[in-house]
Amino acid sequence: MAPFRQGVQAGVAIAIGYTPIALAFGLLAKTTGLTLGETVLMSLVVFAGASQYIALSLIAAGTGALEIVLTTFILNIRHFLMSASLSEKAEPDAFWKKALYAFGITDETFSVAAMKEGTVNASYMFGLIAMAYGSWVVNSGIGHAVGASLPESLQESMAIALYAMFIGLLVPALKKQRKIVWLAGLSALFNSIGTFVLHLSKGWSIVLATLLSAVIVQWLAKEGGNGDE
Amino acid sequence: MNSTIVWMIIGMGVVTYLPRLLPFVLLGRIQLPPFWQGVLKNVPYAVLGALIIPDVFFIQDDVVFGAIGFAAAVIAAWFGANVMVVVLAAVAVLSLYSLVV
Repeated sequence: MAPFRQGVQAGVAIAIGYTPIALAFGLLAKTTGLTLGETVLMSLVVFAGASQYIALSLIAAGTGALEIVLTTFILNIRHFLMSASLSEKAEPDAFWKKALYAFGITDETFSVAAMKEGTVNASYMFGLIAMAYGSWVVNSGIGHAVGASLPESLQESMAIALYAMFIGLLVPALKKQRKIVWLAGLSALFNSIGTFVLHLSKGWSIVLATLLSAVIVQWLAKEGGNGDE
Repeated sequence: MNSTIVWMIIGMGVVTYLPRLLPFVLLGRIQLPPFWQGVLKNVPYAVLGALIIPDVFFIQDDVVFGAIGFAAAVIAAWFGANVMVVVLAAVAVLSLYSLVV
């Protein structure tokens, strides 16, 4: 199958998972006082769910624009780690293509691309991101324009969708390698400690948990000679 | 459109894009030592662990709701369902659960 089509197919789960979140974002943006244009512009330009939600709550609280931008930066530093990891897996492509698909790296597009067998190229990334970005932008607009999200019970059930996608990506890998159990388990533990004990912000907690776990497991694998059992 | 909001959105866009872009600029030129290449290969699995836990248990006030969705997804994935089926199974189980409760 052509890489672009493969990317589109892999992006369907993300497009579905983004739908309830984007609809709710559009609706919340409307109640916060943003126009339809501003709402769609934010989804087009920022394309980062969690920080867009936080921006709305900060706008509602009367927080200044500069502080909102700074909060966004801190929350999204984790994408640095994801891009760094993906750049090791990426096939050589023209720099402008990489710069273009780098824009579309989110928790979800990264996870899907990183779990793909073999390498990823720009065509695959474009297909994957087209689905995710399209769903995010269009559904943000619909949420604002219609002024409603999905029926409440469906909206609630669909909140599991992206987590289920992460689980669906991780579990097959866990079954194959003991090392991966340690990587995921340790970072889940560290993130829980970061969240509940240290009360770190979501952005820092994920970055630190991921980095700590990835370094510790790599170090142990090196000491033990070979961690890829 | 309100120009403060528009500038804020542009600022948010810039600070979100930079961390996504920079590694491609920096790592395109240099070769990392093997240890750090290994660390970057570990990152996806570690990220997934942190993205799932603990947040999955707090998608609703009722922790049981998230736990049931989590269990449904893990079971479906464990038995080899593809990602799309895992997603639909978890949503279906939680829809049933909210009908019953």
